[in-house]
Amino acid sequence: MAYISLDEALPGMRGLLSYRPVIAPPLMSLMQVLMRSNEGLSMGEREVIATYVSSLNDCYNCHSIHAEVAQCFYESQPDLISQIKADFRSAEISDKFKALLDIAGSVQKGGKYVTEAQVSKAKEEGATDLEIHDTVLIAALFCFYNRYIDGLGIVSKDTPESLKQRGKMMAEQGYGH
Amino acid sequence: MAHIKVDEQLPGIRGLMDFRPLTAKPLNALADALLRTDEGLSKGERELIATFVSSLNDCFFCQNIHGAVAGYYHPEDEDLVDKVKRDYKNAPITEKMKALLSIAANVQKGGKFVYEQQVEDARALGATDIEIHDTVLIAAAFCMFNRYVDGLGTFAPDNPGMYRERARKIAEETGYGGSSPK
Repeated sequence: MAYISLDEALPGMRGLLSYRPVIAPPLMSLMQVLMRSNEGLSMGEREVIATYVSSLNDCYNCHSIHAEVAQCFYESQPDLISQIKADFRSAEISDKFKALLDIAGSVQKGGKYVTEAQVSKAKEEGATDLEIHDTVLIAALFCFYNRYIDGLGIVSKDTPESLKQRGKMMAEQGYGH
Repeated sequence: MAHIKVDEQLPGIRGLMDFRPLTAKPLNALADALLRTDEGLSKGERELIATFVSSLNDCFFCQNIHGAVAGYYHPEDEDLVDKVKRDYKNAPITEKMKALLSIAANVQKGGKFVYEQQVEDARALGATDIEIHDTVLIAAAFCMFNRYVDGLGTFAPDNPGMYRERARKIAEETGYGGSSPK
């Protein structure tokens, strides 16, 4: 049971946003801008960063669902998300994206763990300032969500089926509502 | 120099907001929703939580700007923010606030570090569900803001007067949503 009285019938973040409606518009707007764009990073890449950081933070609430959303963008690579969670360096992704995930991993530890060497490497592999910016912000955002949802004692009630279903809906419809 | 090309005249998050206005708008709206209300926790208490967590995350820019706003709301003791950062358990704040800062400290480590007894202890000292919720939310959100600001290598001047003046503007005029990076 969560540490405060929430509507636990609403899954994941939705229960929290219904409890505290004033934060819903800014968070939904931030999600739409940051996660539902193909400018620079693709939507799939954004979801992968979110999933990767959430799994480093051991936040099942978040990595379970975002893994499903992410996987929807990689239909031709059905094992990709598990590969990335296990060891992104040997996953079938571009060297540029590996360099960005390396940065995301450092952000998870703390802002100051991101080194100039990591940033230079990403730029050498073709990452733009916008892609680096969005990588850091997505990683930071999920460090927020992971702490928020686990910090209030929320326990996921999803089944593998409900995760797939919700993941598909989020991949198709985004976060605007 | 920041890791990306930002306007180097603008310190901390201000350069990043100038770089990416599309994400700046909802981030500022979020800061307003978290910090600019007296419903439950007061504005001063909210800024104290933000400052405390930012200092645990060793984020110079965030702890100084929010420390200045917290100081604005606690004019009776100009050393209060420093006392809280150094040793909150013995700072001149309520027992309820100490219990909430203890929860915030655990959120800073990770969501799973918050344990039920801490929440019960805060309740026993008068904290409501919404105050507990907002404490966790603010602490978690500042774990984002701190990582954003430091993760992109932004600079933070050591200029207390600058932070105090920005704090006054935020508190008296613009809040966060109405502020401009410049």
